[in-house]
Amino acid sequence: MLFCSLGRATLRKMALSAQQISRWLNSSKLSSFMTALQLRRRFQRPETTLSCGVFAQPRVSSEGCFLQWGFRTYRTSSLWNSSKSADSSRQEINCAQSTLLPSVNEPSQRTPKIPSLDSELSLEGLDDVPPLSPLQPISDDEAVQIIAGPPLPPSSVTLRDYVDHSETLRKLVLLGVDLSKIEKHPDAANLLLRLDFERDIKQMLLFLKDLGIEDTQLGPLLTKNYAIFSEDLENLKTRVAYLQSKNFSKVDIAQMVRNAPFLLSFSVERLDNRLGFFQKELELSVKKTRDLVIRLPRLLTGSLEPVKENMKVFRLELGFQQNEIQHMITKIPKMLTANKRKLTETFDYVHNVMCVPHRVVVRSPQVFNTRLFKVKERHLFLAYLGRAQYDPTKPNYISLDNLVSVPDGIFCEAMAKASVRDFEKFLKTL
Amino acid sequence: MAAPIGSTIFGGGTIQHFRPSSAVQRTEAARASGMGSAGLARLQGLFAVYKPPGLKWKHLRDTVELQLLKGLNAGKPPAPQQRVRFLLGPVEGSEEKELTLTATRVPSLIDHPLVRGLAFTSLKVGVGHRLDSQASGVLVLGVGHGRGLLTDMYNAHLTKNYTVRGVLGKATDDFCEDGRLVEKTTYGFLTSPGKLLQPPGLDQVYCQRSHQLTIDHVTREKLNRILAVIQGSHQKALVTYSNLDLQTQEAYEMAVSGVIRPMNKSPMLITGIRCLQFAPPEFLLEVQCMHETQKQLRRLVHEIGLELKSTAVCTQVRRTRDGFFTLDDALLRTQWDLPSIQDAIQAAAPRVAAELKKSLRPWLGTQEPPGPGQPWDSERPRSALGPESHVGH
Repeated sequence: MLFCSLGRATLRKMALSAQQISRWLNSSKLSSFMTALQLRRRFQRPETTLSCGVFAQPRVSSEGCFLQWGFRTYRTSSLWNSSKSADSSRQEINCAQSTLLPSVNEPSQRTPKIPSLDSELSLEGLDDVPPLSPLQPISDDEAVQIIAGPPLPPSSVTLRDYVDHSETLRKLVLLGVDLSKIEKHPDAANLLLRLDFERDIKQMLLFLKDLGIEDTQLGPLLTKNYAIFSEDLENLKTRVAYLQSKNFSKVDIAQMVRNAPFLLSFSVERLDNRLGFFQKELELSVKKTRDLVIRLPRLLTGSLEPVKENMKVFRLELGFQQNEIQHMITKIPKMLTANKRKLTETFDYVHNVMCVPHRVVVRSPQVFNTRLFKVKERHLFLAYLGRAQYDPTKPNYISLDNLVSVPDGIFCEAMAKASVRDFEKFLKTL
Repeated sequence: MAAPIGSTIFGGGTIQHFRPSSAVQRTEAARASGMGSAGLARLQGLFAVYKPPGLKWKHLRDTVELQLLKGLNAGKPPAPQQRVRFLLGPVEGSEEKELTLTATRVPSLIDHPLVRGLAFTSLKVGVGHRLDSQASGVLVLGVGHGRGLLTDMYNAHLTKNYTVRGVLGKATDDFCEDGRLVEKTTYGFLTSPGKLLQPPGLDQVYCQRSHQLTIDHVTREKLNRILAVIQGSHQKALVTYSNLDLQTQEAYEMAVSGVIRPMNKSPMLITGIRCLQFAPPEFLLEVQCMHETQKQLRRLVHEIGLELKSTAVCTQVRRTRDGFFTLDDALLRTQWDLPSIQDAIQAAAPRVAAELKKSLRPWLGTQEPPGPGQPWDSERPRSALGPESHVGH
């Protein structure tokens, strides 16, 4: 719905719809609410009153007693608690109200007070009140209090429609949680809408803070692992206690949770199994396994099949010994989860084209962590210049680590002894 | 897309507000980020990249798109939106103390980057004449309005330059070095004049020479002769496929000046071919052609090998010029980011406009305006004069 300007006519229309809805919903409570409203109003402005008979009176009836009302504005049941308005600031729209309704007399017009009705307020009004008609005239002030904005959509594909209305969502956004990613998972989004910040979420955040995670890091963590809100706090504490029993320090655990957001969603049993697997498979000492896992905690949360495959590739296809594999893994843990095809392609080029033996490759496993095109381009440039020398025993040796990890400028200057422009010209001849 | 999120009932009263109009919401993407929309405005046109060997053109296009999106999304987020909320309250200053609605602006989180997501999620990047996986060289891409210009470039039927490297001695099934070996031959007779068998119908001049020629000269001469034959036959084909009636004066003049080329579909036509280096077993050719595929160029190397009474495979196909984009205009992998591409588009824009205008208007040469008796029908080809003369060599 588009609301371009606040016209009294619009208010009137909104009043009708709101009145209909409210009538359907809670007609029994309606009159009591209205009575209370009247009471409050009477306290606030004793000089201008509405007779309570107004709301009892359908407009079309021509009964004599209640017809002499000065101003005929429509009234409805307002769903809005007028006590909330106490803090509103005064703005420019005040003057517009009196001019908006030409057919109505000035709001300040006094209507004759009917004191006899005061006593009848609570009791007789309840019995006599017929169902309200949308065409019922109401007072100006009540009309002003009609607030019928566009209703919230009952269902939506995005959380944008609800973010301004939900304190929980607002606080999460201010924390840094990416709602645009969470709304892609409808279960998660529904969960967040239903949670209350004070009750449910706060406990979890305090627990994570105790763990050592900074405020700025909470946002990305919760974006990734939104399911942590449905976890039991006791379970999480048990898992942390288990990790501590395995001699992981608090700082280490915080780092691990930061890098692998799903870590605490794994049960103690699963964590135990995985730690055991790495220790057995890699045949590493306890301390080294611990360091490995701290460095790459997603080993504990990811699948184990690629790791098994890669171990076979290293041993059988590439022909490394177990101690060589251990050395490379402790230096570059990512190799365990790297793509099998890329590993073989890289090794094929390094070993067969660049003629680098195994023992030199073991010393610089960083080649397995770089893109193949980078290795190829740099090697071809060095070969063109005649500087492709990777044997440590000979002079002008270039280590593979340096070859792949330094930026272009330093590579050209230090190793190729040429300018970056020459390198670019060479690349355009490939 | 995701299933609708279920509703919830917020406790207490509902909060009323007025939403920004849907028209404003639709243009959000345009005013999303200060840099983003301005960046997008400068990202309309053609630019060339250097495709390295081994990379599929589709992956290249996707990589360029991702890098451009990264650059566009890196702009600063928009100012936080505010929504107007009408609150009820007593008005001080007036005697009546009545409740009136006052408008207040409260900050709204609707357009917060974490709620709305990324401003740019996809960008359409078009590719001009494609290069296959093993080939390398200049590849023209178009972004935004430039994608329409890609069609114009295709319709201009401009020639392209390639450097093709071949190796004598073997033949494979796909004409590449790593294909399945079909045949192995010797090529030594191409280097040592004494053992040369005289091929029938060729090289009468050589028989009559008595003095010893240098090896390179002889063999290179053989190759050059073959290339000249190829160029000659393709020259004839150029005229044939251009659908020109050679009996007219204009067509004759165009043929004489050598600017005829077909402006519609035709098989691969070579407008120029020459040998840059010959060091057996390797040789390097420069080919200027149109309507080609890289596989046909490799087949050409294979056929040259057969003509030489030997066999050859192609080791490298590299495009050095595509229409009016040369190697100097091509961006390397390190330059595939938003600022470099924007600069490249700006730099190429005037040249692109001028060349396309020249190519697509009818050839105006020296003829007088069409009289009543002239066959000025719709089949008349529109080969252009200008671009061919200084784009080729």
